[in-house]
Amino acid sequence: MNADVFALILGMAAVTYIPRLVPVWLLSSRSLPPVVGRWLSFVPTAVLSALLMPALVLREEHFDITGNIYFWAALPSFAVAMLTRSFFGTVAAGMATVAAARYFGLA
Amino acid sequence: MSEYECAAGQRAETDAAAGPQGAAAAVRAGRGMRRAVPIVLGYLPVGFAFGVLADKTGLSPLEAVFMSTAVFAGSAQLIAVGMLATAAGAGAAMFSVVLTTFVVNLRHLLMAASLAPYLRRWSRPMQALFAFQLTDETFAMHAVHFQSSKAGNGVAALQNEYVPDKAETLGLNMTAQLGWVAGSALGALFGGLIGDVKPLGLDYALPAMFVALLVAQVRGRLHVVVAVTSAAVSVGLAYAGAGQWNVILATVFAATLGTVLSGRGGGPVVSQCKSAEPAAGPAGTASAVQTRGAARDCAEHMSASEE
Repeated sequence: MNADVFALILGMAAVTYIPRLVPVWLLSSRSLPPVVGRWLSFVPTAVLSALLMPALVLREEHFDITGNIYFWAALPSFAVAMLTRSFFGTVAAGMATVAAARYFGLA
Repeated sequence: MSEYECAAGQRAETDAAAGPQGAAAAVRAGRGMRRAVPIVLGYLPVGFAFGVLADKTGLSPLEAVFMSTAVFAGSAQLIAVGMLATAAGAGAAMFSVVLTTFVVNLRHLLMAASLAPYLRRWSRPMQALFAFQLTDETFAMHAVHFQSSKAGNGVAALQNEYVPDKAETLGLNMTAQLGWVAGSALGALFGGLIGDVKPLGLDYALPAMFVALLVAQVRGRLHVVVAVTSAAVSVGLAYAGAGQWNVILATVFAATLGTVLSGRGGGPVVSQCKSAEPAAGPAGTASAVQTRGAARDCAEHMSASEE
C-alpha cells in the first residue's frame, strides 16, 4: 500500500472516530443536567429530518421537486410509514416506487 | 412496544431451549443482523459506487477496502476520493482531505452524545467498539430502538435501567459495516463488469429507511415542530451553500427550539427523573412548570418500571 495513501486513511479514520467516541465516553459516565438530557432527546428527530429532507428536495444544491423521483417516492413512503408503522413496508414502498417510475420512463 | 415485548418473550423461550449462553448470544446477534438488512441494501450500491470511484482515482482495491474498514463513513469517503481525483497525489491533498473529512463527520458528535446515556452500563472497550461503527444509518436504527425499548419495556422504563443488548446492537453494526466493506470491494474489483443498479431502486433504500425511522421517532406535537424546523433549516442552509454544516446547524437549532418550547409547556419525555428535583434551574415560573412536568414524567416512568 502506498505510504501516503496509508497515512491519509489513518488521518481520516482518526478525525472520524474522535467525534464518534468522545461524547460516548464523556457523557455516559455522569448524569446530565435535565435540560441537557431534554435537549439530547430531540437530537434524533432533528438529525433524521436534517439528513433526509435535503436529499428529497435538492439536487446539486438546487430545488428540484417536479422532476425529482426522490421527492415523489417519499409520499407513498411517508403514507406507508404513518399508516402501517412497518419499517420494511416503508423501505419496500419507496424502492418499488422508484423502480416503477424508472421502468415506465417517468424518472 | 408490543413488538419488543414479543421479541423479549421469544428471547426467553430461546434462552430456555438453547441452554448455553453462547447460543443465546448468537440468537440475539442474529436479530441485530436481520435489523441491519435495509442498511445493507442501501450500503451495497453506495459502497459499490465508492469502490468504482476509488478505482478510477487510482486507489488499489486493498486501499479502498482499508478505507471502508478504518473510516466507515459513506459521504466523507466519496468526497475524499473525489478530492483525490483532482489532486496531485495523496500527500499533496492530505491536509485538505482530512480536514474535510473532519467537518463532514462532525455531525456524529451530536449522535454519539444523544446515545451516550443508554450506554452507561457498557464497559469502555464495548463503548469504543460501538462508537467506531456509529454512522447516520446505525445511529438512526439504534436511536429509535433504544427509545421505544426504554418506553415500552416495563422492566426497564427508566433510561438508567435500560441496557441495550450488546450482541444485538453490535450484530447490527457489524453487519452494516460488512455490507459497506463488501460493496466497496465489489466496486473496486468488478466495477467495470456490473451494469447500473438504478433500475432496482436500490439507491432509494436509505432515504426510505430514514422516512420510516423519522416517522417512528416523531412522538407528539413538539417533535413535529422540531422535525419540520430542522428540515427547513437544513434545506435552507444547504441551498444557501452551507456545505457540510447544514445538518449540524439545523440539528442544534431545532433541538434548542424543542427544549425551549418543552420548558414552557411542561414538555414531553424527560429522560431523567433527577429533573424532578427542585434545583433543576434558575428559580422562576418557567422552572416551576418544568419541574412539575418532569415530576409527572418521572411518576409515569416509575409506575411503568415495576418489575
